[in-house]
Amino acid sequence: MMVQCKISAIKGIQLHEWITRFLFGGAVCVLAGLMAKWFGAEFGGLFLAFPAIFPAGACLVEAHERKHKARAGFDGTQRGRTVAGVDAAGAAMGCVGLAGFALVCWLCLRHWSAAVVFALATAVWFAVSLAVWRLRKSRLFRRRGRNAAGHAFRPS
Amino acid sequence: MTEYIIRFLVGGAVVSFFAVLAEMLRPKSFAGLFSAAPSIALATIGITIARHGAAYAAIESRSMILAAVGFLVYASACSWVLMRRKVRALTVTTVLLPVWFGVSIGLLWILGAAR
Repeated sequence: MMVQCKISAIKGIQLHEWITRFLFGGAVCVLAGLMAKWFGAEFGGLFLAFPAIFPAGACLVEAHERKHKARAGFDGTQRGRTVAGVDAAGAAMGCVGLAGFALVCWLCLRHWSAAVVFALATAVWFAVSLAVWRLRKSRLFRRRGRNAAGHAFRPS
Repeated sequence: MTEYIIRFLVGGAVVSFFAVLAEMLRPKSFAGLFSAAPSIALATIGITIARHGAAYAAIESRSMILAAVGFLVYASACSWVLMRRKVRALTVTTVLLPVWFGVSIGLLWILGAAR
């Protein structure tokens, strides 16, 4: 399956969506720092893998798909939810890479410079996430015909 | 106070960057990978190292592995519900958020007790 990058999709993002993401992302980073300060590094570290983008992203995916279908004269409610479900499945696969990122940081931060560790950890995150995604898309796990939701569709 | 202002600004920028990246990519299952990007970690670990040292950041990173497992369970549960039940994404992702917290804190407690 070909991966596409639609730069034009940026135009579809409204101002309030930009602001929501910025405020939420900033707030979670402050929260992570405060949790570490109040309850220690072990507890605060949990918030480094807080689902910061995911809930807002899933809601926006759902809304965009619904609007897209509505413009064509269809009720896109169920399709919006299904595409949000596909997005969530992708996030679950990305979590394996996220764990890889954290593992590299844990093992290497005491020994190497932060810049080198960040570069390596980010590469590991992307490589592992991509490998899991490719594996999920491979013939080994591919379902034939209708998907689990019970209706044939190809998420855009 | 300056540390938290920097955290807020850098965190907001990095999270927005990954969110926009996810918006541009197709198919959606691939874009979803970026919903689990290490955005908060990238934004804050550098500040943590500068303030508390690399050993402190390494301890945080160890907990992050457990939280990533919690995120995996949470995202899988969200996907399952969205695919099979007629519920809005906002409701599902909000109501199931305690799953992330429960699994993460549970694993931290189990591994902490085992040490």
